[in-house]
Amino acid sequence: MALSSRLAAAESRSRPRGGERGAAAAVLARGVVTSYLGLVVLIPLAALLWRSAASGYDRFVSTVTSPEVLASIQLTILLSLGTTALNALAGTLIAWVLVRDSFPGKRLVDSVIDLPFAIPTVVAGLTLLALYGPRSPIGVDVAYTKAGVGLALLFVTLPFVVRSVQPVLLEMDREVEEAAASLGASGAETFRRIVLPSLLPAILSGASLGFARSLGEFGAVVLISGNVPFRTEVVAVTIFGRVESGDVGGAAVISVVLLLLSGLVLLMTDGLRRWRLVCDG
Amino acid sequence: MSITVDRVSKRFERFQALKEVSLEVPSGSLTALLGPSGSGKSTLLRVIAGLETPDEGEVSIGGERVTHLPPQKRGVGFVFQHYAPFKHMTVWENVAFGLKVRRLPKPEIHRRVRELLELVQLEGWAKHYPSQLSGGQRQRMALARTLAVEPSVLLLDEPFGALDAQVRSDLRRWLRRLHDEIGVTTVLVTHDQEEAMEVADRIAVMHQGRIEQTGMPSEVYDHPESEFVMAFLGRVNRLGGALIRPHDVSILSRPTPGTREAMIERVVHLGFEVRVEMLLGDGSPLCAQLSRDEAAFLDLRQGRIVYVDVGAGRTFEPSQLHRAAS
Ligand SMILES: Nc1ncnc2c1ncn2[C@@H]1O[C@H](COP(=O)(O)OP(=O)(O)O)[C@@H](O)[C@H]1O
Repeated sequence: MALSSRLAAAESRSRPRGGERGAAAAVLARGVVTSYLGLVVLIPLAALLWRSAASGYDRFVSTVTSPEVLASIQLTILLSLGTTALNALAGTLIAWVLVRDSFPGKRLVDSVIDLPFAIPTVVAGLTLLALYGPRSPIGVDVAYTKAGVGLALLFVTLPFVVRSVQPVLLEMDREVEEAAASLGASGAETFRRIVLPSLLPAILSGASLGFARSLGEFGAVVLISGNVPFRTEVVAVTIFGRVESGDVGGAAVISVVLLLLSGLVLLMTDGLRRWRLVCDG
Repeated sequence: MSITVDRVSKRFERFQALKEVSLEVPSGSLTALLGPSGSGKSTLLRVIAGLETPDEGEVSIGGERVTHLPPQKRGVGFVFQHYAPFKHMTVWENVAFGLKVRRLPKPEIHRRVRELLELVQLEGWAKHYPSQLSGGQRQRMALARTLAVEPSVLLLDEPFGALDAQVRSDLRRWLRRLHDEIGVTTVLVTHDQEEAMEVADRIAVMHQGRIEQTGMPSEVYDHPESEFVMAFLGRVNRLGGALIRPHDVSILSRPTPGTREAMIERVVHLGFEVRVEMLLGDGSPLCAQLSRDEAAFLDLRQGRIVYVDVGAGRTFEPSQLHRAAS
């Protein structure tokens, strides 16, 4: 989110320069960008669509509506929604504490937030299994349960909301809150009427990125979930299973569903970004 | 309502921003806190508003001690230099904020907001967002928002500091008229002596966390009690230990007892007035200001030798503060 809005800002700043060399360079640049995007993103996507379409409409429908696939799609969406909501709350709180409080070790905590982004997700999964698995040193065993899957998703998506809310809080003018106070608003009222509305776009866009990430998460989940069909199997794992068992067409069909979901979320994020630009304008 | 500040001190980490400051703001007055940047004006205003807690001393509003009341309970209106608009709300919602917080009935809110928007001449802008307003309009919106809650005192922190010269002087005059109309006790922070002289009926001059002098504008200008106040409130010449204002320097064509010889370096025409820049015999510069007619009568020209009377110059006992500083 932060990146995309920065990109938008850069876009509006950089005006095309005149001159023939400039024009030629622009054409070249456009060509390179188009081919690169095509190679890396569009062609694989097209291949995927082609692959799923090759299996035909009936096959598509029967694959998607098979009880196992439906269950895993449902589980994935529900868990993603739940963890996203939880992380929206916790992430906002953490960002608040990191910006407004000062305590020893704050910088350390601040850098630890990015850990889920920095370490390989399988490693994260393994760590979670060691910590909350059958041999848990703290006596909490959630391995092979929905709670375990939720935990893994919470872990990998934690930074999204924190990192999207933090800069907004940093830039927020303290005088605005003081103005509200001098107008008679209590702390809670100031938060609800002034602070929260200013943070909401950032919270929602961070949350939607986290949601998109949860939908497709594989590495962190695969170990702790145990992949019990109808109980703990998420979509990404279902797809992997189909490929493993040689059903590449089926895998492609499920992938397309996942793709559509993610695309929808990204569209929403973009809408939020525009809304936020309007608010800040 | 009157404001009383009694021996208030405030320290930020290692910096003593206020040193036993006492101030009386009479009910219904428009008092300016005037001083250079960093002299503690804003801190004092924020202490009155309850946005800062003093380390020592008391603040009373209308005779009631408010030192330990939060800003919500003080009935003060505070206007910030950078307007502090609620960006996600329209002009209408901004002005209505304090009334909504007070849970006033809707028709009442509508009536009050309409009146206030009229008062600050923003009737046509109710549905706009603060980002669509000019600086001057934003500040008027902020003022309307503050006046909406009918504060017993109005505190303005460099309200025109971020505006350009023309808008600034318009708003100044407008504020003065507004004050005459509604008569709410007002404290205005400014570092601009002209602004203070123009709008305020009382001025408190601040310097290094203390109030050096309080009085009517003419009092502080004509009878400064310290060198700092004299120098801060207008141009001065320094002759040895004495200070004299340019318009108190008399220029004569012939020497008389007590006059000193000076050579005219430059004559600057400033419309109705003429500024004469001179060098005294000992090489020190001296500046005089007189009317165009006087200058023409004396036939002042560059290079001429004239005789100046600087007997109106004033010397100040170094105050404790200055002795401590040197
Ligand atoms: N919250 C704060 N923390 C630390 N120092 C502060 C704070 N507020 C003001 N100061 C310091 O106090 C001094 C007086 O500030 P201020 O009252 O804003 O002066 P003025 O309004 O006259 O420019 C300044 O040197 C400023 O750096």
